[in-house]
Amino acid sequence: MSVGVTPRLVQAVLPDALSAALCSSGLYLRMDPFVVHVRSAIPIVADGIKRLYAGHACWTEGGQFADFHVSVRRKWRPSRPLCLFEMDGQQPFTPLAYGEAYAFLEWGLNWCITSYCHNWITLHAAVLERDGRAVILPAPPGSGKSTLCAALMLDGWRLLSDEMALLDPRTGLLTASPRPISLKNASIDIMRRRAPSAVMGPVALDTMKGTVCHMQVSADSTARARELATPAWIIFPRYVAGAPLTLSARAKADALLHLHRNSFNHHVHGRQGFETLADVVERCDVYDLHYSDLDEALACFDRLSA
Amino acid sequence: MSGGTTGQVMLVRALQRPQEMALFSGQQWDHVIRLARVADLSARLGFLAQRDGVWDQIPEAPRKYLESALRLADRQHRELGYEIQEIELALRSLNIPVVLLKGAAYVAADLDAAKGRVVSDVDVLVPKTALPEVEAALMLGGWASSARSDYDQRYYRTWMHELPPMQHLQRGTVLDVHHAIMPVSARIHPSSALLLSEARPLQPGSCLHVLAPIDMVLHSATHLMHEGSFEQGMRGLVDLDALLREHGSAPDFWPHLVARATALQLTRPLFYALRYVGMILGTVVPQDVLAGLDQAHGARPGAWRLKWMDAMFTRVLCPPHPLVADRWTPLARGFLYLRGHWLRMPPGLLTLHLLRKLWRSPSQGA
Repeated sequence: MSVGVTPRLVQAVLPDALSAALCSSGLYLRMDPFVVHVRSAIPIVADGIKRLYAGHACWTEGGQFADFHVSVRRKWRPSRPLCLFEMDGQQPFTPLAYGEAYAFLEWGLNWCITSYCHNWITLHAAVLERDGRAVILPAPPGSGKSTLCAALMLDGWRLLSDEMALLDPRTGLLTASPRPISLKNASIDIMRRRAPSAVMGPVALDTMKGTVCHMQVSADSTARARELATPAWIIFPRYVAGAPLTLSARAKADALLHLHRNSFNHHVHGRQGFETLADVVERCDVYDLHYSDLDEALACFDRLSA
Repeated sequence: MSGGTTGQVMLVRALQRPQEMALFSGQQWDHVIRLARVADLSARLGFLAQRDGVWDQIPEAPRKYLESALRLADRQHRELGYEIQEIELALRSLNIPVVLLKGAAYVAADLDAAKGRVVSDVDVLVPKTALPEVEAALMLGGWASSARSDYDQRYYRTWMHELPPMQHLQRGTVLDVHHAIMPVSARIHPSSALLLSEARPLQPGSCLHVLAPIDMVLHSATHLMHEGSFEQGMRGLVDLDALLREHGSAPDFWPHLVARATALQLTRPLFYALRYVGMILGTVVPQDVLAGLDQAHGARPGAWRLKWMDAMFTRVLCPPHPLVADRWTPLARGFLYLRGHWLRMPPGLLTLHLLRKLWRSPSQGA
């Protein structure tokens, strides 16, 4: 089936038709709460979208509003081919290696959100939800946040985001923006072993973050993307090789400062933002989690949410 | 108007008659938001929608970008207020007038033009004789000259109408200290003494001033028409439109505008500015003012020249976006870039300066 003006699922469209749309006038792709218009003639990008957004609605030019108009295109270089991310003609990044084209699309979309969505307080954190209660996992790169996040999702938690919490400054509620989970280096194989049937996207080697591969979001997370969630826990995870699992309460004042620093746009929200964050921290249980075994960590989350 | 594309027409309609935003279709919003983003006008649209009570009738998807931009502008205004206080603290002992210009002035004077306006750097005008003390006082206050090379330093100090931009070491904010509104090397020299003599204190006793209403309009017009780069051209028109509407309602504004423009050698930029703000945004200027301006010395260019300028300016005074570009837009941008430099310096100096910039750009991004 070809892509048309009426929305249909990516997986219902013939692969060639999808590639053709991406190459020509572009593909409109629903990734709640956004609609993104993507153009790209790069096969890796088409391949990534086919696999990772299989359950998302797509269509061609239908006269609707799109939040972002983006493209990833090839840039010819005699030495080695590069690719370029564009948002409506702007090029916010220097070009990357051609093999990183799909990852570049995802990173570029993150940039669109942090640059243009100050209607939310945006926090650098993964967010998941179970039984109406959400856990915020703020953590620096290398702390095992994405691995833990992927494992929790496979364990039945609903993914709101693996990168960015979108917090309403008025209500303190979280908006979901479930997009493929970015796995790096060793965690790619860990997840492949844990979930042989999980759908993985193209692998980008030698990026600034090492090897990167995206993993498809669970069907439940995609289907329930428009449900808001109430923050209930803030957990600072840290993978420590060989260490026994410890879950210890963290001082709330410290957690607040940490969250504030982890926010992409605290400068925009000023005092109201600070007060909203303080409120969220006040209402949440706040912990440090050190772990080396994913199953132990999952069991710990089970006990918390029981 | 460059093909009169949907986006441009809708953006202008939203600016002129904000109530119509309630009727825009999804596709119209798609174009309007994209254009407003590149033109830095999203927050202005948000302000207008709230002012005219149509906020709740705008679909949520586009509205969140208006809200986002409003929040950002709001924050910038707050930071600007703080920055202005710091500037006053640093300079008040000098007993000279410090005139805020452009965005900083609109915000400080709480003008309609400030509503939903993006502001970043602060521009001030001070008497030329006071420049050394001003620079010294600012350095004591934590601002440092940010020009990277000896050439830049020399270029600014010899030929420009301002010190090299000063950046605050802790806050990172940028302050441009002007002693005139046109470069020393430019062909016209609006008298800074005249501008300073009519400037109004923000509060009684404060060293901070803003230009008198007529001068503020003339500066806005000159800044818009003498620039070499028009990425912000549409926003410049919106500023001017708001200033004309607000100041134009005072009884002594229109009758004195042309005489003041003549005294300041600014009749030509005023002519162009009123022409294009009228053509593009539909700003109404009294007929007798236009007639008076037509007669004023140096205001109206010859017929052929005006035709050419119309073709150029209508192409650049719109958001820099492929949706509103035609095949002649790049030419218009290139031509007006050169014109901007041409107006700022004599040909010999211009050639040397452009060669220098070309030579240095790959390594230094100058």
